[in-house]
Amino acid sequence: MEAVTFDLEKTPLREVNQYLHSDAAELDGKTVTITNPGGTHNIAVGLKADVDVVIDGHAGYYAAGMNQVANVVIEGSAGTGVAENMMSGRVHVKGFASNAAGATAQGGLLVIDGDAGLRCGISMKGVDIVVGGSVGSFSAFMAQAGNLVILGDAGEALGDSLYEARIFVRGNIQSLGADCEVKPMDEEARQILVKLLKESGHADVDPDSFTLLGSARTLYNFHVDNAGAY
Amino acid sequence: MSDAPKIPQTEPRYSATFDKNTASEIRRAAATGIYDIRGAGAKRKLPHFDDLLFLGASISRYPLEGYREKCGTDVILGNRFAKKPIHLKTPVTIAGMSFGALSGPAKEALGRGASAVGTSTTTGDGGMTPEERGQSSILVYQYLPSRYGMNPDDLRKADAIEVVIGQGAKPGGGGMLLGQKISDRVAKMRCLPKGVDQRSACRHPDWTGPDDLEIKIAEIREITDWEKPIYVKVGATRPYFDVALAVKAGADVVVLDGMQGGTAATQEVFIEHVGIPILAAIRPAVQALQDLGMHRKVQLIVSGGIRNGADVAKALALGADAVAIGTAALIALGDNDPHLEEEYNKLGTTAGAYDDWHEGKDPAGITTQDPELMKRLDPVKAGRRLANYLSVLTMEAQVIARACGKSHLHNLEPEDLVALTLEASAMAKVPLAGTNWIPGVSQF
Ligand SMILES: Cc1cc2nc3c(=O)[nH]c(=O)nc-3n(C[C@H](O)[C@H](O)[C@H](O)COP(=O)(O)O)c2cc1C
Repeated sequence: MEAVTFDLEKTPLREVNQYLHSDAAELDGKTVTITNPGGTHNIAVGLKADVDVVIDGHAGYYAAGMNQVANVVIEGSAGTGVAENMMSGRVHVKGFASNAAGATAQGGLLVIDGDAGLRCGISMKGVDIVVGGSVGSFSAFMAQAGNLVILGDAGEALGDSLYEARIFVRGNIQSLGADCEVKPMDEEARQILVKLLKESGHADVDPDSFTLLGSARTLYNFHVDNAGAY
Repeated sequence: MSDAPKIPQTEPRYSATFDKNTASEIRRAAATGIYDIRGAGAKRKLPHFDDLLFLGASISRYPLEGYREKCGTDVILGNRFAKKPIHLKTPVTIAGMSFGALSGPAKEALGRGASAVGTSTTTGDGGMTPEERGQSSILVYQYLPSRYGMNPDDLRKADAIEVVIGQGAKPGGGGMLLGQKISDRVAKMRCLPKGVDQRSACRHPDWTGPDDLEIKIAEIREITDWEKPIYVKVGATRPYFDVALAVKAGADVVVLDGMQGGTAATQEVFIEHVGIPILAAIRPAVQALQDLGMHRKVQLIVSGGIRNGADVAKALALGADAVAIGTAALIALGDNDPHLEEEYNKLGTTAGAYDDWHEGKDPAGITTQDPELMKRLDPVKAGRRLANYLSVLTMEAQVIARACGKSHLHNLEPEDLVALTLEASAMAKVPLAGTNWIPGVSQF
């Protein structure tokens, strides 16, 4: 495997991202390491090739935003909106993730080893997110599709105004948001959970220790008697 | 029988406060328990461009010869940072209107009409459709709080990207698309169950203040390799500050939409009571650009109730670089046409007043997802009508500009204008006709 390294203290971000947008022929199968990220925003955004990217430290806002196909590993922590609107591929944060991790993402897998901040998985549209630690309040707000797996605890108003996304929680939940309810763990959901635990390096965790949450679907159509919940 | 003299009766009198419309809304609310939702913009009378007049040439200024002497209309948008700015032949653009709110044929017709005269169309909530990308030679792709249908492939396909913070009809509000319009196709594009009443968020999910916006804009630039102009659209509320913050955050273009601006579906109370008229918003916006040394460097597009070439010319004279139209474009396509009167009557309304666009029953086939109704709109013919109308807007604006002695629409200036009313004078900061007086600026 060919390796390329960029030092963000020496090379401007624009050049690094431009390189990462090269043709698939140039990038396919390569490993690109980005050193000294120093919390820079917008590292490795808009990737669309089958490339491995290692961010060797902390990333700022929107790291790996809109990712397609690529496999991005952040060795440190990630700022707001990591892997926002990801379409496919894999993003792995080894440290913590700040607010809105995986926001609106439509596909792929986002793995966060540590905790995630507020609004993790907000408006998610098909992505799978596995959080090794806990998530902050308002996570999975208006989540439309996909799966959010939380090995730790969840903050307030989890899954508020949820559509069709699934939420799996192992720890305590401070409170559920409007229209989010506990569901029986059916076989389909259990298999998804088992697969996601395996893919995120948590194969040893007991799937039966999770609670499944989904939408009660009472807010799907406006009704005067639900006014208090809107 | 008595011979008592007949006492004259006073004519029954309606209250100006509780007029018929108001009372009927109270009855509707009492019966349903839910607020009224409708399409279109503010319907009440507001201070507007009609309250301004051009002075035209005289002994002290000389006019240009109509049809003979050139009066340029083109405009370049987005040359602050973008590698590929947009060049329009006319400063009249088509505003963002979502696929979902509008039918596929309506989007196609907008694309055809705009392309024919060298201007742009804009996507909307719900993403980019092949109908529109296919027909629009210049397409602006909206980046909205809901991010329905948002994806990097379409970002790369766009000619410009418009980050939507708000809209004049509902500054501070999110979107709404009621179940009737969530067809299979719309549901799939938005990743929602069919038939739900879809709520679009009012805030972006992954940023909040102006500092975040700056990072967000930088992200979109990085994803698209700094090629595409990035617009920021705001509803008119605090235009001075919003424009200044948008410029600071790195916008190439600011889109400012006044309260008359149309919407696909919003609460009536929101449409009529939140935000300010575009007439009141342009001067503070231009002032912000001037104070930052950015007037004409960051372009300003204004919208909200633009109907004719005079409105276009007045908006430009007040300092805008271009305008956008929504409602007028739909009327040009065939919305609310009197030849459909019978069908509007069946819906309990009348041609010209139909605004229940959210119900998806539009007999003109424009604001619907019903396959049968949609078929009624011929996108080629409707596109032609829009192209004609856009040409008229441009020519009318030129007529006025030449009369004011200007060789380009952008040479129009506030000094060419006077106001008919005190309100308009104060808002547009041009003198009351026949005086030197601008309330708040100069003495009578
Ligand atoms: C049917 C319809 C749908 C609209 N959808 C959107 C939208 O998705 N996003 C947006 O920013 N504005 C939307 N708007 C507002 C327009 O972009 C624009 O601001 C407004 O129509 C301009 O005012 P005018 O209608 O008076 O010309 C919509 C307007 C209409 C009439």
